[in-house]
Amino acid sequence: MKVGLDIGSTTIKCIVLDESGKILYRSYERHYSRITEKLTEILMKIKKDVIHGEKASLTISGSAGMGISQTCHLPFVQEVYATRIAVGRLIPDADVVIELGGEDAKIVFLTGGMEVRMNGSCAGGTGAFIDQMATLLNVSLDEMNNLAKQYERIYTIASRCGVFAKSDVQPLLNQGARKTDISASIFAAVANQTIAGLAQGRPIKGKVLYLGGPLTFLSELRASFDRALKITGVCPENSLYYVALGAAYCSAEETDLDKAMESVKEYGCTGSFLSIPPLFQSHEEYDEFLRRHSQCKAPRGNIAKYSGRAFLGVDAGSTTVKAVLLGKDGEILSSFYRSNSGNPVPIVQEYLLSIYQDYPNLTIENSAVTGYGEELLKNAFGIDFGIVETVAHFTAAKCFRPNVDFVIDIGGQDMKCFKIHNGAIDNIFLNEACSSGCGSFLQTFANTLGYSIKDFAKLGLFAKHPVDLGSRCTVFMNSQVKQAQKDGATMEDISAGLSVSVVKNAIYKVIRVPNAAELGRNIVVQGGTFLNDAVLRVFENELGVEVTRPDIAGLMGAYGAAIYAMRKSKGKSTIVSKDELENFKHEVRVTNCGLCSNHCRLTVNIFGGNRRFIGGNRCEKPVTKRSSGAGLNLYDYKLNLLRSYKPVPGPRGKIGIPMGLNMYELLPFWHAFFTKLGFEIILSPSSSRELYLNGQASIPSDTVCFPAKLMHGHVQALVDEGIKNIFYPCMSYNFNEHHGDNHYNCPVVAYYPEVINANMRCLEGCNFIHDYIGIHRRHDFPHKMTAILKKSFPDIKFSEVFEASNAAYVAHSDYFRKVRTKGDEIVAEARKQGLPIIVLSGRPYHLDPEINHGIDKLITSLGAAVITEDSVSNRVKHFPTKVLNQWTYHARLYSAAKYVCGQPDMNLVQLVSFGCGVDAITTDEVRRILEEGGKIYTQIKIDEITNLGAVKIRLRSLFAALEEK
Amino acid sequence: MAKLKYNRNGRLLFTREMKKEYTILAPMMAPIHFRLMIDVLRNCGYHFELLDNCGPNVVQEGLKYVHNDTCYPALLVIGQFIDALHSGKYDVNKTALVITQTGGGCRASNYIHLLRKALKKAGMEQVPVISLNLSFLEHNPGFHVTLPMLRKFVAAMVYGDALMLLRNQTEAYEVHQGESNAKVEKWSSYLTDQFNHGRAMSRKEQKRILFSIAKDFETIEIKNTPKVKVGIVGEIFVKYSALGNNHLEDFLRGQDCEINVPGLMDFALFKVDNRLEDIKLYGGNPFKYLAVNVLMNYLLSMQNTLIAAIESVPRYHAPPHYAHIKSLIKGVIGYGDKMGEGWLLTAEMLELSEAGYENIVCAQPFGCLPNHICGKGMIHRVKAIDEKSNIVPIDYDPSATRVNQENRIKLMLAVARENLRSQNTERRNIV
Repeated sequence: MKVGLDIGSTTIKCIVLDESGKILYRSYERHYSRITEKLTEILMKIKKDVIHGEKASLTISGSAGMGISQTCHLPFVQEVYATRIAVGRLIPDADVVIELGGEDAKIVFLTGGMEVRMNGSCAGGTGAFIDQMATLLNVSLDEMNNLAKQYERIYTIASRCGVFAKSDVQPLLNQGARKTDISASIFAAVANQTIAGLAQGRPIKGKVLYLGGPLTFLSELRASFDRALKITGVCPENSLYYVALGAAYCSAEETDLDKAMESVKEYGCTGSFLSIPPLFQSHEEYDEFLRRHSQCKAPRGNIAKYSGRAFLGVDAGSTTVKAVLLGKDGEILSSFYRSNSGNPVPIVQEYLLSIYQDYPNLTIENSAVTGYGEELLKNAFGIDFGIVETVAHFTAAKCFRPNVDFVIDIGGQDMKCFKIHNGAIDNIFLNEACSSGCGSFLQTFANTLGYSIKDFAKLGLFAKHPVDLGSRCTVFMNSQVKQAQKDGATMEDISAGLSVSVVKNAIYKVIRVPNAAELGRNIVVQGGTFLNDAVLRVFENELGVEVTRPDIAGLMGAYGAAIYAMRKSKGKSTIVSKDELENFKHEVRVTNCGLCSNHCRLTVNIFGGNRRFIGGNRCEKPVTKRSSGAGLNLYDYKLNLLRSYKPVPGPRGKIGIPMGLNMYELLPFWHAFFTKLGFEIILSPSSSRELYLNGQASIPSDTVCFPAKLMHGHVQALVDEGIKNIFYPCMSYNFNEHHGDNHYNCPVVAYYPEVINANMRCLEGCNFIHDYIGIHRRHDFPHKMTAILKKSFPDIKFSEVFEASNAAYVAHSDYFRKVRTKGDEIVAEARKQGLPIIVLSGRPYHLDPEINHGIDKLITSLGAAVITEDSVSNRVKHFPTKVLNQWTYHARLYSAAKYVCGQPDMNLVQLVSFGCGVDAITTDEVRRILEEGGKIYTQIKIDEITNLGAVKIRLRSLFAALEEK
Repeated sequence: MAKLKYNRNGRLLFTREMKKEYTILAPMMAPIHFRLMIDVLRNCGYHFELLDNCGPNVVQEGLKYVHNDTCYPALLVIGQFIDALHSGKYDVNKTALVITQTGGGCRASNYIHLLRKALKKAGMEQVPVISLNLSFLEHNPGFHVTLPMLRKFVAAMVYGDALMLLRNQTEAYEVHQGESNAKVEKWSSYLTDQFNHGRAMSRKEQKRILFSIAKDFETIEIKNTPKVKVGIVGEIFVKYSALGNNHLEDFLRGQDCEINVPGLMDFALFKVDNRLEDIKLYGGNPFKYLAVNVLMNYLLSMQNTLIAAIESVPRYHAPPHYAHIKSLIKGVIGYGDKMGEGWLLTAEMLELSEAGYENIVCAQPFGCLPNHICGKGMIHRVKAIDEKSNIVPIDYDPSATRVNQENRIKLMLAVARENLRSQNTERRNIV
């Protein structure tokens, strides 16, 4: 008999075959990370029920099986390889296999050159990702599948990482999008991610097999793949067991099952793991800790006996809704804390109604709302004020510690920290890229290990040897935890270890401080996650200070909002009345905005009484029907200026230029150059989601920055248009603007044409000019350029190129002069109107609305003027920096930061592309320059899809801080 | 005690007094090479010490003091320094650090600044940092790269390449385990001794010693069993450093593979050649071209000696000539791609594949900028050129788990073993 075991990240699959290959036994079970126990159990069972003392050979496969097979000296076969063996036996005419597992995704091309692909270091688009999304939607996987059947439209969701997807899904939920549509969108995202990320340009066609858990259980996921691939794939019998089958087929040597079980058992208790000291040495220590923290209490009142003025504060967070009702002296009359189940509206409705009904003697005199759902709830219930979270939390924190100088709030998925300097919010840290240090991280883990979050957290308090797990992504923490369990860590140790990793992530990844002194002495911690004593203890230990945790740590946002409402009370609230509430309606419509080329997908929420709320918009146009402050936006001006470089038909025909990366700055240069030579310059169309998706399949590295990825779409568009000559040169060097120590381009900008050339098959038959060009040597340029062009156009003469070069250099400086002149005008106008000026700094290609997601317009809509870094970077002389200042674009950032320090009404906001390695260096340096000049540093991370909610928090906090100053 | 002196921009200098009093710590990368190179530096009158601390604390210190989005090598190198300084083994008031700086367009040129920022954060600003570079980037009164030092450095590099290459090609097949490593030890200490006496540096001596090394390795008894041959390419630090690549070489040896890690010599030649290519591509001073060309020719002649020595023993596969490597990528990627490992990385993949090491691990730090282009960006192309190439790109960073990395490598190895089996059957059929 042959036994195949597939030990995956979440399940164990077992197959027993007889000598003829007939399946005698199969099982599929979740192992909840207790692998050794489960494995022993399975082995015992098959030994007793199936094998009956016959000869058996056994092979192990699967990601979690590797370690076991090594230590126990059992034969091992890699799982993708096993799949291939099984498919070769059972379905020999299959062309492609797509297999999704708990933490991995694989595509195997069987015909036309065998190739196997597996997801790299990112677990986006896998079973774990779908699980996370189901948790977020608060439905089971089955329900999610059923919901998806009734979808009407698909939203764009990034499935690269669960964390990114969350930041897409959350705003959708908050805007009121339907769960049916979201479910289907999540499946579509998984299909897209798998195809784009793994196929990397190789077409998937012929007979396609769907294997693995998610594709077996979720019919709608298969449907999404079918739609995306335009095929009908097959999910064969035993689709869950292909790896196990393959392993069984590979089994050759006879295995002594008893010995195997023995060594598996031993494996369970060998090894050692890295641990840290226990959180509490004794119960006394814990009691003392509890006593200290129980002193910090908010005043309470008795709502049953209370009558008169009351003030309402609501905090609609990412996963929960919180509300606090205050009496006239600031005492808490009532409060609640509930999961928002994806839609906060009915929850708040119910709460308000119960207040109105149960306590008719109360009058809500003022109200305020904060959090992600601020706008939605404000409009739904006519709440008087909407305030930014940071202000709400600061207001609340001051009530407990008037001299507070640092506030940290860890909620479900976000972490907000800020410093307070001279009574104003100064430095804001948000977790934008990763939620691994947040509450939902612990929650998800507790669930997978089969505990409630409360019980799970308690386990850790007295763990003897908390595991040192480091700080990493939720998905990969799984494998780390498994490793620790294997090495003998108890559930207690793991619970404590996870709390430690939450705190370490917050301190070292989000805030990035080496010691507590930098944070200040008066720290207030809040947010639901800090109600977990283990987390609180670790935080204090790690920083070496005693912090304040109010007893209402989970309600601080709502409490702050209520306090704010109390202070701003004007006697009469606009909040909906009891009658209105009883007849409350909430209707959601989805539509595309047609007011500009962005075509934002809008969710229109309609409530009774003419109240409505539009979500999904990037600018204020669909709300106010007019564009906002377009006159004071240099981004807008630059974009229009670039669009004014129109093609001029010429005798030499057309040359296509993909409009992305450095072309956003060099367009005037090349336009003048080629036009003068008699070429007609054809630009690729403006970036859009569609354009991006069209080129996505040929991206070889999924971790490169989004602006680079977009280039594939631009080149594809040019090829599709039938352009035969495409010009996109490699450039190690940029213009030398004499602001830095050197004048490089970053490696991606410099050499991306090479990637395009090597990976885009559509370029075959095209003349793709991607030679290395040095525009920094004006004298040599015409000579070198003549030689390059002669290869494609033999009739070109040096004299022509010489003249064209002169025109090009002139056009380049003209362009800069225009931008700077306009910049001055905007600054002058803003100063006349007394508006704050934001220097929105990034790279030239951040001008692309598909890249900046309309952040420039968001800023102008908040009442500020926007200028660019290159419009002011020439105002300061070359100065020494603490880093090697070697890139032209980045030198401008440093110069702009320096300049801003001398301008009282200017502030700098830095746009950072996710995955931009260079910005790991520039952000710290820009921050240093600004902080030394007494300015607030604000950084916004942007990617394929950006959570504008988080951006808004940052910007509004910045403006709130500026007002306070 | 030496006084702390600063230059105009406030950079702490390494002074002449410090040269006498201070211990200079150097980070570890390629062990065989670095040990020899450190000997050279000691030989030039500096108190050098090569760090060998590794373990989780190195990563922890790195995470603590370096921007977490910075590349993994920076995090590790700086983590290693801080960990060493915190260990109490060194007097922080009498210790300096040395770090290389290429001056290219990659982030790596900024490691030194990140290191200084980290020292400041850790409250050890008094520790001077020396930049080791050939681009005249930072001057220090107490540390000079001199011509004789450079010559010795090159010699150490060539010996290192020879030892590494012979060890890798012998070890997988040795009958008596451990013999190859014993030879490495033997020759390393021999060379150290020679260096200390100012010998083993002249062309003639080098030739003699390299040939003797090759002959000596030939005496190791080997068995002739076909093994999976795996090449390792990638970002230079992650490629060589066991700390950076989770002991990749050991893992592959444990999987019964012969490994081939292309030497440092090509990298040196590549970096020098870049200066020539720059002038060819964009124009520049012809005198500079001539001067650089002299250096280039010097290095090339050294490489020739190395190749001749290895070729003298037929059972060994000699490294390719630089000109050959360079010719392989014509039409694949341009000679102007010079940041990081640039076109050399692509060329190494093609060369390894050509030489029978078609199973390749392309190792890079997560999000490595140049490797988006010349590593991952070119795999598609390399496969199109050489159908049998079997390449797996692996990303390394503090949050990548070893299990995941090894699982992907095992997939590559499963395919490699299958290919090896079918090759063997074919061979048998022909016979």
